[in-house]
Amino acid sequence: MAYDQLIFERSQRGRIGYSLPKSEIKEYPLDDALKRTQAPTLPEVSEFDVVRHFTNVSFKNHGIETGFYPLGSCTMKYNPKINQDLSNMEAFTSLHPYQPVETVQGVLEVLYETQKMLSRISGLDTYSLNPYAGAHGELVGLMIIRHYHASKKDFARKKIIVPNSAHGTNPASAATAGFDVVEVASNKDGTVNIESLKGVLNATTAGIMLTNPNTIGMFEKDIMEIATLVHEAGGLLYYDGANLNPIMGLARPGDMGFDIMHINLHKTFSTPHGGGGPGSGPVGVTRALKPFLPEPVIRKAGNHFFIDQKDENSIGRISHFYGNVGVVLKAYAFLRTNGKEHLSEIAKLSTLNANYVKESLKDTFKLPIDKYCKHEFVFDGLIDKSTGVTTYDISKRLLDYGIHPPTMYFPLLYKESMMIEPVENESKQTLDHFIKTMKIIAKEALSDPDMVKNAPHTTPVKRLDEVKAARDPKVKFKDLIA
Amino acid sequence: MFKYLPHTPEDIKAMLNTIGVKDINALYDDVPEALKGFDLDIPSSMSELELTSHFKSLAANNRPLKSFMGMGAYDHYTPSVIRHLIERQEFLTAYTPYQPEVSQGTLQYIFEYQSMICELTGMDVSNASMYDGATATAEAMYMAVNVGKKRKHILVSLTMNPVIVDVLRTYAYNQDIELEVIDSLGGVSDKEAIKDAMRHDTAAVITQTPNRYGLIEAYGDLGEACSANKTLFVINQDPSTLSHLKTPREQGADIAVGEAQSLGIPLSFGGPYIGYFATTNKLMRKMPGRICGVTKDKDGKRAFVLTLQAREQHIRREKANSNICSNQSLMALFVTIYLSIMGKEGLFEVQNTSKNHAHYLHDMLLKLPHFTDSFKKPFFKEFTLKTTLDVHQMNKVLSEEGYLGPFNQGDFNSNQDGLITFSVTEKRTKEEIDHFIDIMGAL
Repeated sequence: MAYDQLIFERSQRGRIGYSLPKSEIKEYPLDDALKRTQAPTLPEVSEFDVVRHFTNVSFKNHGIETGFYPLGSCTMKYNPKINQDLSNMEAFTSLHPYQPVETVQGVLEVLYETQKMLSRISGLDTYSLNPYAGAHGELVGLMIIRHYHASKKDFARKKIIVPNSAHGTNPASAATAGFDVVEVASNKDGTVNIESLKGVLNATTAGIMLTNPNTIGMFEKDIMEIATLVHEAGGLLYYDGANLNPIMGLARPGDMGFDIMHINLHKTFSTPHGGGGPGSGPVGVTRALKPFLPEPVIRKAGNHFFIDQKDENSIGRISHFYGNVGVVLKAYAFLRTNGKEHLSEIAKLSTLNANYVKESLKDTFKLPIDKYCKHEFVFDGLIDKSTGVTTYDISKRLLDYGIHPPTMYFPLLYKESMMIEPVENESKQTLDHFIKTMKIIAKEALSDPDMVKNAPHTTPVKRLDEVKAARDPKVKFKDLIA
Repeated sequence: MFKYLPHTPEDIKAMLNTIGVKDINALYDDVPEALKGFDLDIPSSMSELELTSHFKSLAANNRPLKSFMGMGAYDHYTPSVIRHLIERQEFLTAYTPYQPEVSQGTLQYIFEYQSMICELTGMDVSNASMYDGATATAEAMYMAVNVGKKRKHILVSLTMNPVIVDVLRTYAYNQDIELEVIDSLGGVSDKEAIKDAMRHDTAAVITQTPNRYGLIEAYGDLGEACSANKTLFVINQDPSTLSHLKTPREQGADIAVGEAQSLGIPLSFGGPYIGYFATTNKLMRKMPGRICGVTKDKDGKRAFVLTLQAREQHIRREKANSNICSNQSLMALFVTIYLSIMGKEGLFEVQNTSKNHAHYLHDMLLKLPHFTDSFKKPFFKEFTLKTTLDVHQMNKVLSEEGYLGPFNQGDFNSNQDGLITFSVTEKRTKEEIDHFIDIMGAL
């Protein structure tokens, strides 16, 4: 029986879990008119209560170290322990963001050198580390596109082109940045259809957002032509760095013709996903777009690092300080550990892993695009769908075998999409185990479909009633006792 | 071979054989030749020992200071258990909870986090957290514009931290929102001026308490005036002060936002921090970001799940409430553990000590010749004085003595040079405060 208690349910009046030094300073009372009428109901628990509670809560999660985690487009790679240790050094964690620059040269060097390495890897001129996440990076990139056109007094460019195979944040970010979204149909393999693209390019085009390789793992082989077409139409190209892993060290978005991109440090550069953040989404731009980067920017003069607060063309501030510095420290450690020797090896082995799994399972699962892929690929459910077992059912059954399911029902190009990304840290033995398990489930789907349709059977909870949660939202502890 | 890559030459050979190619490079035939073969000009690989030495030398170029500054980043003590717990791999390495059956851990702590934010703010519903306090405030502005349909006018008090106003301005540009900043009155929001400036198309009034000078703002009937005009009232408040101060709910807020770094998160040179965002039941479905709710599994067992997802980008794409994809989850866990450890009494005590220490410093500095308090208004753990001293020189001396001195408001607006803002937390002992005062007295 899995642990099922809330911290509030462990609370006992009068119990405490903290210790503070005795203050030698007298009480300075606040005026009653300023005070809240009732103290907040926070838990009253001992330190050990807290430790045991959260430890038991943690057991209900599947982490990367628990087992295989082939979640497509999420690049669930091993998060090295040493990076955690180094980023926890007090000489970094105890720095106030407004300390004088001469007292923070070490951390500024890390930020500056990280910007530089990201430039070299991506072929773009300059980076800002301020964006907090991938979606935040997209928003910043789109703001740069908007300001760029505005700086040329070209206010008609209001449209951002997004392929229908793109991640949901792409159109959402474009809309948030104030653009109209034009979705273009993709080729069957999710690549850009050049004819459809030509059909939508015109004087209202602000830019296009692409991932390359795309969500099906296909490289846009016509990328140079696409770039030329978009540039000739007066638009800019935005690269969504979600799928950078398989081309890192082998090909650069800057060389492909992209003007702006973001990189997910929590994907490609191994910083922990943290259950959904803190991530980091640095944005890189070409030399021409450098003045538009968000403030502030870390620069170097001689051997001295400093923080440049203002540039009159900048899109402005998009974060209170300098982004998730603690995350950047880990990515920097990862980059220095791998060095130029291993980054391209990461790329190649992620591609090898994906093709190996794809080839090993394509007789059992429907492979809509039978080509070599990069780091990920998509199955369209089982080949034999006669018993009605869906991608959802297969995903839930995988949980019983201790494997995290692939990304399901994305991309939207196929009805039963199952997007698989087996990262470079995974050994052949792990992949063989996954392949074997997938084949077992495919057999179960025919021999005992009801069992698969009712999976999972061994997880802390079983299938959930999501409709009930949305119809009658209970979103805090007091909603449960009301 | 390399420590993070397990493939032996035999493995690679066998895998290539299954795929039916001779070489991994064959899997890159679709990449144009023109893109290949560049020189990757980054430093060479380091062993763990070399990397550790390298970090030690970088660390030696940082000089942590004992902080007497706040301005959005407060130096509170972090209890040891938090680091141990948030670094459990089940929390640290997991992705966002898309498979709820194996993400109950993440979902449960988000639920607990939301419950605590509601307790602190008095609001009905909190989301799962946002990037930081400034972007949470910008999201509140977007939400108000979304709720107000065609309303595109926003009023902000000049007493709001100017960095947050800058972020609002950046975000406002995207959606052609008109941001109007209303002058302050004696260091606090000018409520009457705000009411007068309210128009038929004003989507929100946004204020901050304690404000950029550390002063506590009392809004009186401003919230009612907003409601009467169908304008949303947004209060940005440091949640640690909610141990003592009136809640945003009590002050009439429709949306409460702020930076929750002050709940024990290390300074870390500005991040990662966490923005909180809470609102009323009435506005729940307009809220950006993730929300965790309670449901049952098919055996009737209590379970947690992301809910009201029809608002979000992965379903609604360009029609979503926000482009936000995830949250600042691990930092939400951090806050949840901090508030559990401190509990009802501890949060009060730590903030009470901070408040007393700040007031002590305030009173002692006023006994020195070079400082005056031009506001003379209630504050909490941060306050602003006027000095005749050269602030740059002052901070240089303090830094040499190991202290981070006050923030010069003149860095924001040159006409405010010499208006300096101090913050004190429970971490500064009486001995340190007295030493700090001695240095200031000798200037």
